[in-house]
Amino acid sequence: MGVVLVSMEGIEKNFPGVHALNQCKFVLRSGEVHALIGENGAGKSTLMKVLTGVYSKDSGHIFYKGNEVEINTPKAAQELGISIIHQELNLMPHLTIAQNIFIGREPRAKGVNFFLNEKEINQKTKELLNKMHLNLDPTTKVSDLTVAKQQIVEIAKALSFNAEVLIMDEPTAALTESEIDELFNIIRQLRSKGTGIVYISHRMDELKKICDTVTVMRDGCYIDTRDMKDVTIDDIIKMMVGRTIYDSSPEVPDETSREVVLEVKNLNRGKSIRNVNFQLKKGEILGFAGLMGAGRTEVARAIFGADPIDSGEFYIHGKKVNIKSPEDAVRFGIGYLSEDRKRYGLALGMDVETNVVLTSFKKFLGFLGFVNSSNTKATAVNYVETLRIKTPGIEQKVKNLSGGNQQKVVIGKWLTRDCDILIFDEPTRGIDVGAKSEIYKLLNDLAQQGKSIIMISSELPEILRMSHRVMVMCEGRITGELSVSEASQERIMSHATKRGA
Amino acid sequence: MELGMNLKKPLLKSDATQKLLAFAGLIFLFVGFSLASPNFFKFDNIVSIILATCVNGVLALGVSFVIITSGIDLSIGTVMTFSAVMSGVFITFMKLPIPIGIIGGILAGAACGIVNGVTITKMKIPPFISTLGMMMITKGLSLVISGTKPIYFNDSPFYRQISVGSILGSMIPGFEIPNAVLIFFAAAIIASILLTKTVLGRYTFALGSNEEATRLSGVNVNFWKTTIYTLCGAYCGLAGILMSSRLNSAQPALGQGYELDAIAAVVIGGTSLSGGEGTIIGTIIGAFIMSVLTNGLRILSVPQEWQTVITGVILILAVYADIVRRKK
Repeated sequence: MGVVLVSMEGIEKNFPGVHALNQCKFVLRSGEVHALIGENGAGKSTLMKVLTGVYSKDSGHIFYKGNEVEINTPKAAQELGISIIHQELNLMPHLTIAQNIFIGREPRAKGVNFFLNEKEINQKTKELLNKMHLNLDPTTKVSDLTVAKQQIVEIAKALSFNAEVLIMDEPTAALTESEIDELFNIIRQLRSKGTGIVYISHRMDELKKICDTVTVMRDGCYIDTRDMKDVTIDDIIKMMVGRTIYDSSPEVPDETSREVVLEVKNLNRGKSIRNVNFQLKKGEILGFAGLMGAGRTEVARAIFGADPIDSGEFYIHGKKVNIKSPEDAVRFGIGYLSEDRKRYGLALGMDVETNVVLTSFKKFLGFLGFVNSSNTKATAVNYVETLRIKTPGIEQKVKNLSGGNQQKVVIGKWLTRDCDILIFDEPTRGIDVGAKSEIYKLLNDLAQQGKSIIMISSELPEILRMSHRVMVMCEGRITGELSVSEASQERIMSHATKRGA
Repeated sequence: MELGMNLKKPLLKSDATQKLLAFAGLIFLFVGFSLASPNFFKFDNIVSIILATCVNGVLALGVSFVIITSGIDLSIGTVMTFSAVMSGVFITFMKLPIPIGIIGGILAGAACGIVNGVTITKMKIPPFISTLGMMMITKGLSLVISGTKPIYFNDSPFYRQISVGSILGSMIPGFEIPNAVLIFFAAAIIASILLTKTVLGRYTFALGSNEEATRLSGVNVNFWKTTIYTLCGAYCGLAGILMSSRLNSAQPALGQGYELDAIAAVVIGGTSLSGGEGTIIGTIIGAFIMSVLTNGLRILSVPQEWQTVITGVILILAVYADIVRRKK
């Protein structure tokens, strides 16, 4: 193992109402891939943001190659040789790939420092992309790239700094299997050159594959650092959550007698939805599997009235209904939990109480249309308890909650609205292992209470673990329907790749 | 996440379409007015259209930078007036040489821009409010400094030549294009170079596209934003010189309302108010659309009040066309 590159000691960081980092320490050596893990809200990202100058620490010491340093700006970190790939994409969509990679340090024209040397920017980018075996045109606008390609541009950008320390915060969240392999090759290449890599991920299988060392954090505290070969995934999870994980295989309900709650017939929308038919039964969790772009989200949005459809019929409790807008859908008891909670699901700047009652204000109107605030409070408190939302109180702003708890607030919102058909789009995206199992338990509870659930997920283990029945989509069509006993990863994948069926 | 699969196959690059659309709109207006009135398409009238575009055009050039950063500057009209008044103070009251008066006026505009930049970046006041405040401040200061009366440049006859004189006409007889037009085009070329070839331009787009990402890339966001507002202020200063020189006086009560015409020109030219995109050529076309419209409607004897109504409708339609185009 190489020399110590970075050593952080006694790091403290407070946000209003949250002790985000409590005497944290972290040591990174050259030539190692160091997994930094913990539940959402454990403080991993915050710790790395302190290291890269995004946040300033309240107290504590950072040593870089043995010397104490103050890192107050992202630029200071970059100049030391510390680069980070943030969890959220940090690209400028209107600029080209090359312009994004060299933002802030553009090669300048000879003699006139104020002018850009666009030719050199593009040429250097091309070299960089070639080195990564990527066949991309440097002058392509980033907004014209897929999310996965954008992620790769972000990685290329971080690599272009010749960084000695590279921090990757959930780098594989939007990547396909082959892209992940490509990324791992690049990581191994860097490791052999002596780069120290911090790898933050929730995907446990990846950690074993690529990481040498693991540091676990919990609730803003440092827990332990171990050699990866000495620990099992179970050990790591135990350290992360400090408790045993809820685990269940779905109890298969007796399908035959159940009432059909929602039926979709001959749904079509352009190329993204082609002749989709299915039924959703009471108390059922219906999994929707498929590759990216298979049309699952489009189907969900069509049912929810968010996008116009070309043709198709919806039946709720056997009665034909017209769904032209989300307002209609909600009136028929359909709730949609978007994959992008922060953008579509929550009013981030508002408190838990407001978010829970937001779509159901009518229920809480009293005399002369004034909001009955004791009722709204009681409702919010009730859901905080029953959904086990971890928050200091119902007046906490939702943006200060972790991903898992934000998701629970969204669930509370639709339950308040009396929705009995809930569409979950990637319900556990960006949510860590511990909170994931809580969301799973919640979904099972909801189904047992008679709610009907459509669950779109790209994680096959999640589909297999949760679903009572699985619909598989490919290129806008439903290419397979599997009962829980028939379903397996292989079967789902074979249906999901039935192109042109 | 499924977004990535939407295959985009635009016929043209999207900004090119918008430019084409705006340009087609301009041609359409030109042809329409020419057919409707024989007085429209005449050398003198064309020159007067171009001349009328200069002041609004220079303001629009400056504010284009600000709008591309997804900011807004409501103070441009009254900063223009303030600059004019200041050059009046330097030249008429203090008897300073004309070049110093001109530079002083432009610097006065730039100074207002610096203040805008600092209030926005350091005091974290949203641009809409900061520049609304600056609009009132400069409006008031112009009146205070001038004693609410116009400042005339009668002692310095050369000052009027800046706008109205014609260097081209003295060199090529019969080609009497006023200097103001040359200055406008020079200002446009400089703006275009700044926007496309320099670091300043790159960060202008970057800020509008994703400010946080720009900051995290190690760009000194506050410095560049302040610089961009300062540049906008300097352009307002130049507009003030052109305006006062044409009127041979600094009119302290003028100016308010100009900001909206300039912003309208920028938006008609295809620059998105949400930032990240825009072109100088678009802004110029937008400014011309505004003045061709005003000129043409006046030649057709449409009453002033109705001209304003029609301009408003055109603005909404132009932006709507842009939104429809984007949705595809």
